[in-house]
Amino acid sequence: MSYILYAALAIGFLGLLFGIILAVAARFFAVKGDPRIAMLREALPGANCGGCGYPGCDAFAAAVAAGDAPVNGCPVCSKEAREKLAGIMGIEAGEVEPLVATVMCRGSLENAGVKYDYEGITDCTAAASLAEGYKMCHYSCMGMGNCVRICPTDAITIENGLAHIDQSRCIACGKCAAECPRGIIGLIPKSQQAIVKCRATEKGKSVREACQAGCIGCGICEKKCPVGAIKMVDNLPVIDWDTCIDCGICAENCPRGCIAFVGDRPKVAYIDESKCVGCTLCKKACKFDAIEGELKVAHRVLPEKCVGCGECIKVCRTDAIHMIARKEK
Amino acid sequence: MEKFVGIILIIISSALINNFVLSRFLGICPFLGVSRKVETAAGMGVAVIFVIAMASVITWVVERVILSPQWLLALGVDQAPDLTFLRTIAFILVIAGLVQFVEMLIQKSNPALYSALGVYLPLITTNCAVLGVAIININKGYDLLQTLFNGIGSAVGFALAIILLAGVRERLEDAEIAKPFLGFPITMLAAGLMSIAFLGFSGLIK
Repeated sequence: MSYILYAALAIGFLGLLFGIILAVAARFFAVKGDPRIAMLREALPGANCGGCGYPGCDAFAAAVAAGDAPVNGCPVCSKEAREKLAGIMGIEAGEVEPLVATVMCRGSLENAGVKYDYEGITDCTAAASLAEGYKMCHYSCMGMGNCVRICPTDAITIENGLAHIDQSRCIACGKCAAECPRGIIGLIPKSQQAIVKCRATEKGKSVREACQAGCIGCGICEKKCPVGAIKMVDNLPVIDWDTCIDCGICAENCPRGCIAFVGDRPKVAYIDESKCVGCTLCKKACKFDAIEGELKVAHRVLPEKCVGCGECIKVCRTDAIHMIARKEK
Repeated sequence: MEKFVGIILIIISSALINNFVLSRFLGICPFLGVSRKVETAAGMGVAVIFVIAMASVITWVVERVILSPQWLLALGVDQAPDLTFLRTIAFILVIAGLVQFVEMLIQKSNPALYSALGVYLPLITTNCAVLGVAIININKGYDLLQTLFNGIGSAVGFALAIILLAGVRERLEDAEIAKPFLGFPITMLAAGLMSIAFLGFSGLIK
């Protein structure tokens, strides 16, 4: 019994002694740090994901305080958090489009043919370097889960040899995009709805042989885009996100279904013929020439031209126009 | 005179022959972690010398006064309590407090060195070399003076090893190294060769 007492006394005494010494030293050797660093650190999410390019939130906070990093450099921050950071630094946060990681491939085991049975180690880089991968397509997802293992928020799963990213869990740190040996994961603005889900730059014939869902570079999307946001580069459509109006016409017209439309189905205007009086107001309001019909005859919407902007609804006097979901291709 | 020779022997033996890093393989983490540049390696070496020298003395006092209080016998107490089973925890407490103290000192006096040492400075706390020296001092039954010089000798050995390795690594930066050996592998090889070289000192004292 007395031993326990002695032991507790001895360690307690030592702890107290060093505690007092350190407390005195802390006052004596106090260093005035930048108080903003602690405040910035407080406002950051604390995920320490490294998405900003700095080793953890502490380093990012220090870099922001030193003026080396922009206040909106954190991809994980919410808008409020960014404004808070900017408030601490006394500057404007500026608008930052939140990004989300997206797998730009549809080459699942069914879609992309399998060349041989891969029985090597479970690693995408290894699988991809053995005779250019076990799938027929040399651009497709290897499905060995390198991205799954590196993802700090467990947002990625592999289904049927193809990676899927849970958008709600993705914090856009970009680790998966950097890890993927095939470079098929990209960071895309969260609001962007039409996404090209193929990275095969080969000509249509070879892509058709390799994958049922690959882009054959036909260019239909480029022609159909009402705002000219799509350009064909290396047999692949490239969507200019700033110009794109998310009408979904490209996704609807793609013969291979490799332009995906995430989120709500795009809308298209529909004219109720029984209510339409044929005033042509809507026809004049339409910027895309998507409404046809003569004066005093019920008008009709051309779905392939309509982008669902809703301008016609605003001008219609008889409430004859409403939006309907574009039909599934 | 004999005592003086004994202390010289202790210093040589702890710094060169039983070099902490290269012969006993203690304190490898900062040895590999902070040895990228000679400057920071030297800073780390000095910090470790200070911590180990202080820790050696303080732990010796703690051992004699609190853990194994033989002085109580002189006061007429029948049996002194034997608290040596608390050695590890008490010594770690001493080292942790010291490291905190040194950290504050460096942050105040040399902010550049402070940021260069980074996480390795608080990691001296868990540097087994510090605890190793303290426990070896007790096990060998050194007196206070011997303890002090054994601590300084060991720490100088550590500083020597880490500065030498930093010098080697600075040269390796410019060397053409086969890709698989880039980075840590070549550092490990360099450290291993240094360890073999230090074995040569074992014939120094009969």
